[in-house]
Amino acid sequence: MITRTGIVRAAMLLIERDLRLAFRRASQLCHPLMFFLVVTTLFPLSLSPQPSQLRDIAPGVLWVAALLSSLLALEALLKSDAEDGTLEQLVLSGQPVVALVAAKTLAHWLVGGLPLVIISPLAAMALGVAPDAMLVTAEGLLMGTLTLSFLGSVGAALTIGVRRSSVLLSLLVLPLAMPLLIFGARATDLAMAGEASSGPLYLLGALLAFTATLAPFAAAAAVRIGVE
Amino acid sequence: MWLWIHKLGSPPHFYRIAGLLTPWFGWSAGLLIAAGTVSGLYFAPPDYQQGDGFRILYVHAPSAWMSLFTYIVMAAAAGIGLIWRMKVAHAVAASCAPIGAAFTAAALFTGSIWGKKMWGTWWVWDARLTSELILLFLYLGYMALRSAYDDQQKADRASAILALVGVVNVPIIHYSVVWWNTLHQPASITKLAAPSIDPSMLLPLILMFCGFNILFGALLFTRVRGEVLLRERSADWIRDLVRSS
Repeated sequence: MITRTGIVRAAMLLIERDLRLAFRRASQLCHPLMFFLVVTTLFPLSLSPQPSQLRDIAPGVLWVAALLSSLLALEALLKSDAEDGTLEQLVLSGQPVVALVAAKTLAHWLVGGLPLVIISPLAAMALGVAPDAMLVTAEGLLMGTLTLSFLGSVGAALTIGVRRSSVLLSLLVLPLAMPLLIFGARATDLAMAGEASSGPLYLLGALLAFTATLAPFAAAAAVRIGVE
Repeated sequence: MWLWIHKLGSPPHFYRIAGLLTPWFGWSAGLLIAAGTVSGLYFAPPDYQQGDGFRILYVHAPSAWMSLFTYIVMAAAAGIGLIWRMKVAHAVAASCAPIGAAFTAAALFTGSIWGKKMWGTWWVWDARLTSELILLFLYLGYMALRSAYDDQQKADRASAILALVGVVNVPIIHYSVVWWNTLHQPASITKLAAPSIDPSMLLPLILMFCGFNILFGALLFTRVRGEVLLRERSADWIRDLVRSS
């Protein structure tokens, strides 16, 4: 008798597979991180290295750099699996595509988004952000990068069948990601001014809940269109 | 009723009906907009605070309204096309995007002229302006995604999902002046409450609103007819159409 794999087990297996594949190509893992650090270095060089001025722009710089580097990594979310036919097999596997897409997104965030959150205090410190505000920035990025991964999964799924899709992908995802940028930078801003930053952080949490529950459905529908 | 809707879903039928309706819509839109323009520019009294500068309202507010309305029509058509696989619905959604982008660009352009006069600057990063700009990017992204696919059906369905995802932006734009306390003035007319605008100024605005809505209908019908021709170019009914004319 053939027993069907449960939905949770299938999702865990997929996460495990994606993580293993990602760590086999460890150098690619570092690229978004390096990009994040390089972009944050560009701003002191191009604007002014004065600490007071750097502190003013720090929230915006950190969030824009994080957004851009996660966007760069997004293309890899589904592209290689779509090209070698893995994605097609996943859709045909009989498991709910929603769960599989959500699992892939989560795995992608674990290797692309989480490291960004972990090294963000380093970049924040380099821009002269106070330790309290560093923590708030990391908290905000924790929710923000995960939200962006879910949003991006929709964009990545929509552009599966498109050649040279990275620019188009950014064009699709960035407008939708603007609320993240606004609330995230606002949280850091408030924390740096010594005020309560829980308001924008709650809003980021709400955005995360909203996208995490709805985006996988849109992404799954797009994947079905992409592979057929 | 259902039969009628069903019939409307077939391209030749839609093509014929849209062709019959287009002149009616076009002429009544032209008359309404002409009447609204004349009464707005000559008969409405100048504003006590903004002088004659407020008159750009008569183009700005209807364009801004239409930019949202077009998006809703586009998303609804995309949803119908996605769920019931209606060919004409996809053609309608595809035709809405350039019209909506044009209305959005017009709203931004007239708004920035108005802003230069009243606020002393072409552009401020306030919630209403920024969210309207995002709407423009959504339209452009939709068109870019559509043109990136070679396969018509895939383009239809992928862009339909994008249109539906982008609907979340519509309430944000609509309520941005309420949620955020910003430079942009709140809306002067609502359907539920008494309008905070004098009847002599309101009448041209209503004419313009109606005119713009009907103009959208005329533009949409024209574009959908073109889109249907393009999509069905190898169909028999078009050959018959060309022969008989």
